Amino acid sequence: MKRVLWRLLGAIPTLFGVILATFLLTRVLPGDPAVFFAGNPSMDAHAIEQVRQSLGLDKSLLQQFVIYLHALAHGDLGQSISTGLPVRQELLNRLPASAELTLCAFLLAIVTAVPLGVIAALRPGSLIDQLCRLISTLGVSLPTFVTGLMLIYVFYYLLGAAPEPIGRLDPFMTTPPKVTGFLLIDTLLNGDYDAFVASAKQLILPALTMALFALAPLARMTRASMLNVLSSDFIRTARANGLSWRTTVITYAFRNAMLPVVTTLGMTFSYMLGANVLVEQVFAWPGIGAFALNSLISLDYAPLQGFMLIMAAIFLMVNLVTDLVYAIIDPRAEFEK
Amino acid sequence: MNSMMRERLRVAHYLIAENPINLVAFGLFAFLLLAAIIGPVVAPHSPLATDTSIALQPPSVAHWFGTDQLGRDVFSRVLVATRLDLFIAFSAVILSCIVGSTIGAVIGYFGGWLDATVSRCVDVLMAFPLFVLAMAVVAALGNTVMNVVYATAVINLPFYIRLARAEINVRRSLGYVEAARVGGSGDFRILSVILLPNALSPIVVQASVNLGWAVLNAAGLSFLGLGVRAPTPEWGIMVAEGAHFIASGQWWIVFFPACALMITVFSFNLLGDVVRDILDPRLRT
Repeated sequence: MKRVLWRLLGAIPTLFGVILATFLLTRVLPGDPAVFFAGNPSMDAHAIEQVRQSLGLDKSLLQQFVIYLHALAHGDLGQSISTGLPVRQELLNRLPASAELTLCAFLLAIVTAVPLGVIAALRPGSLIDQLCRLISTLGVSLPTFVTGLMLIYVFYYLLGAAPEPIGRLDPFMTTPPKVTGFLLIDTLLNGDYDAFVASAKQLILPALTMALFALAPLARMTRASMLNVLSSDFIRTARANGLSWRTTVITYAFRNAMLPVVTTLGMTFSYMLGANVLVEQVFAWPGIGAFALNSLISLDYAPLQGFMLIMAAIFLMVNLVTDLVYAIIDPRAEFEK
Repeated sequence: MNSMMRERLRVAHYLIAENPINLVAFGLFAFLLLAAIIGPVVAPHSPLATDTSIALQPPSVAHWFGTDQLGRDVFSRVLVATRLDLFIAFSAVILSCIVGSTIGAVIGYFGGWLDATVSRCVDVLMAFPLFVLAMAVVAALGNTVMNVVYATAVINLPFYIRLARAEINVRRSLGYVEAARVGGSGDFRILSVILLPNALSPIVVQASVNLGWAVLNAAGLSFLGLGVRAPTPEWGIMVAEGAHFIASGQWWIVFFPACALMITVFSFNLLGDVVRDILDPRLRT
């Protein structure tokens, strides 16, 4: 418990750095937000100056930063210029879509990659091992947006098995009342089985695309780590002492092999957050990545700032969880730090 | 030195003999370099010439890879794009390798508050999903090819800083460094002549492994419309343009630039593994 608190405290300077970095970055973005906010390029200089004052842009950078921090402490992320809504609301509306996609893909990747890597390590040179190698090479070499487009071509155009890649739910379906924001759960809560199937169908291709991207490092790491552990002395001792093959592999080897895999899991998740933007673009998925890209193109500061903050916060959290899981699996890790 | 070179050549020969795929990787790499050098000269059509009367034609004898929505020859565009894509990847990796290892070596050698400050900054940089950071950098600096290079270099920086810092840090109090200091060498000379060459091989390994990733990153940025601008032949943009037609079955506009991307990354990754095996055999998996 004490360790958790310490670890949380340690993340605070980084979090502050992240806030400062996003603030500075959005200040160097090209374009004058006052002119943009005024919404009319023919407005005279006086009117623009007024808008600038009302936005607080005439103050010094330091003052602006303090004001920004103050607003942030109250959960105020500013307003989106292009949609006119508070950024917090915009992001909260879209976060579930991204979270549903990323988590499904992550789960899919774990349940395929870990067994694949373990089996590949248990039978080096076998068919499964070759398959593991093929998938990890392909997964690393294929850009996510290409994987997505190829899946669309095969499963939508050629086979007709998947629905048109236009978002989370067929526009003719009724969207269930929002409870969790996860369509898979909300449709079930609403008892609408057809909508559940429809949303699952929309989800499967983007989730598969992202999972394929995450599979490669996971399978590779699991295989390497498992091979490493299996050849170590304590496994040989366990076998020599007559422990069954099953106990040796599952209780001894697997648990020890999971340590580097957990680290890779954390890293993979952060890569997935970045790849999200590309996948959402390919499948017209209404998540925060697509929203951030649109704001970026229309020079809308506040949503971009909010997006980068959320991303960094999630990432710091993932790192924290990785550390904790690490400590649970391997009690020695607690004493090292 | 000479015997070491011979030893490495022998390892290289062994690696190629052991795994023919490594030979394929070398072949592909040579092919890509050739395409980058002579591509614009040998391309059968102009990569920018539009002719709407032959738009969206599937691959044929006249147009090996078909034509796109403006009637441009996809084969010529893919070929000509090789130079730009390789240029972005190589310059980004070289830039971040040089800058990153210099920063890392300096903070690893001197330590103290400088080390603490820079390490904190690196932590902050690493707290962003790297691709998102690259997007923001291109947006902040403006939509040009060079800015894609800078963005890709920036997101690679932390790896080199950390690596060089760790490598220099463990070596700075070793016997031969002490000996050099006693012999009258200054900090600069110790760092550049004595320490850096010793730390070089893991850095080169990192650079060669990073190349493929840099290609993917640059293509991803231009796929989103950041960086390289529309009529320029570039693989990421071509995939983005073809994406509008994939759902109606015109696969060739996406397929061929995508293949070029895949082959490039694939050969870079394999080569990275070969370089790693030659320079640092302990890391073999």
